[in-house]
Amino acid sequence: MNVLQEILAGLKHNLLRTILTGLSVSWGIFILIVLLGAGNGLKNGVTSNFSERATNTVQMWPGQTSMPYKGLKSGRNLQFSEKQVAAVHDNLTESSGETGIIEKQSTITYKNEYGSYNLVGANPQYEKIFNLKFLENDGRFINKLDLDASKKVIILDKKITEVLFKKESALGKYVQVGDIMFKVIGVNSTKERWGNGNAYIPFTTAQLIYNPDRKFHSIAMTVNGLETNEANEAFNEKLKGSIAQSLSYDPKDTQALHLWNAQRDYVETMKIFGGITIFVSIIGIFTLIAGIVGVSNIMLVSVKERTREIGIRKAIGAPPASILRSIIIESILITAVFGYIGMVFGIGLTEMVNFFLEQSAAGNPEGMSVFKNPTVSLSYVLVSTSILILSGVVAGYMPARRAVRIKPIEAMREE
Amino acid sequence: MVVSHLSKSVQDASGTLHILRDIDFHLAPQQSLAIVGASGSGKSTLLSIMAGLDTPTQGTVWLGGVDMFAMDEDARAAVRARQVGFVFQSFQLLGNMTALENVMLPLELAGLPNPRAAAKDMLVRVGLGERLSHYPKVLSGGEQQRVALARAFVVKPALLLADEPTGALDSHTTVEVMKVLKELNDNGLTTIIVTHEKSVAEETRKIIHIKDGLIESIEGKG
Repeated sequence: MNVLQEILAGLKHNLLRTILTGLSVSWGIFILIVLLGAGNGLKNGVTSNFSERATNTVQMWPGQTSMPYKGLKSGRNLQFSEKQVAAVHDNLTESSGETGIIEKQSTITYKNEYGSYNLVGANPQYEKIFNLKFLENDGRFINKLDLDASKKVIILDKKITEVLFKKESALGKYVQVGDIMFKVIGVNSTKERWGNGNAYIPFTTAQLIYNPDRKFHSIAMTVNGLETNEANEAFNEKLKGSIAQSLSYDPKDTQALHLWNAQRDYVETMKIFGGITIFVSIIGIFTLIAGIVGVSNIMLVSVKERTREIGIRKAIGAPPASILRSIIIESILITAVFGYIGMVFGIGLTEMVNFFLEQSAAGNPEGMSVFKNPTVSLSYVLVSTSILILSGVVAGYMPARRAVRIKPIEAMREE
Repeated sequence: MVVSHLSKSVQDASGTLHILRDIDFHLAPQQSLAIVGASGSGKSTLLSIMAGLDTPTQGTVWLGGVDMFAMDEDARAAVRARQVGFVFQSFQLLGNMTALENVMLPLELAGLPNPRAAAKDMLVRVGLGERLSHYPKVLSGGEQQRVALARAFVVKPALLLADEPTGALDSHTTVEVMKVLKELNDNGLTTIIVTHEKSVAEETRKIIHIKDGLIESIEGKG
């Protein structure tokens, strides 16, 4: 028998011990992959959700004052105008693309289909601020020419076209908004969780038709370089102060301005996920350590059990080095084979979950998921498996070295 | 074989225990020797040291002109593999190997050609041609000892050491095993047997009596 045949015969003879040793290796790798996969899945899901919308958007709406200020009574209804856009632009270096937005609930009709939708009067920068998405052949967003000429063009969210146009293409068709006809020039495919969808017309057109006093409902902007909570809080305070001064109300008045800072939400969420990643990694490392302890323990027992056999082999002329080599090969064989099995099952499970998630995502393209692509990088898996194999080798080597050092006659007395 | 002023002592809680004291004798090739003595007299320890399975505290063993304890463990293992066969009272067969595989093992360790055929021949010679693929646990005591003898002799060593080879056997099987041993000695194999059975010792040409680790007397020639 060659060394490998002999090892295999030995493993077969001690089948239960072999399986138990192997299972601790497989289980360790399997759990590690599943845990890392779950952590990755959560992270990918949330990151993907964020990528669907602009993460560095700040939008604000005027409210009603609740405190008197410099002779002005409380209860004033505030409204934004170009003056506030200019104030933000001049006072806040972190912001860019500031734009006023007009919003109005309107009935949009195409042939016999109609619905009530949020009509947005937007500037071209709105597209970037809110991360609108135009697929190939889905047209475009509002541009400067539309704005300058106050064109009667409209961009519809995909979910509106699905209702009004069914399977028909919306591009180039005319829809009726109130009493006015607008030409559809684009379809936005960004996933939206809430509402029936938005329809966008040029800001100037909206002002002309719906807002002759040139006031508007909200101001939106993109912010840059706000990487921490503290930076976002400071920005928010500066923004509130600037608007308060511009509209003459008390900066401490919490009812006068409503502010939504997506960047702060993103930083907060990423912070939580940073914590989750560390937590999952710690659990993963402990699982790996548990696997290492399991393998070491069983190898220790396995070699201890074989002390008599080692003595007999030495007595009939086996050199200690050959015995040591055979035990180490056995350790490598067990940990590598069972480690591979654990790896295959772990990867198999994460890939299967990924497959079902992708299937369900394909069936519901508008759907949002907090769990996406729960797979683990192959290099992580290979490194973990290698660590476990190496620990199996060390765990086999240490007691084996001790066992082969015992005099054969003493080793043979071991039971 | 020359056993030169061999002593063995071990330390335990009660102090130093002298197992062997200044054992000194020699044995010419193709001779047979029995080492006899009461239990605990040190005869098994002496045999283990002669095979290089244990180490002496003082003195040494010369085998074929080579000092066994001037070499390292690997070299002693090589000497055992080629020149020494050892039979144990408790057989010491490897339980996860068949009778044939047990006998093949020393041939493979010695790097000899056709181990399977040679091991099969040897098992047929000791009357176990029908038991080649049996594991030790299904063999009787006599059969196991015959496998052990086959394993010890299969590499055709110059020296066969047997520690109470019939100690665990009934009288009928003892006769069978001694017959094999005598045959081997008649064919030129130097044989050293540790025993406390007078009938077994009388089969050899030389008898050394050991008592409390000392040679009490030597009978016979050579």
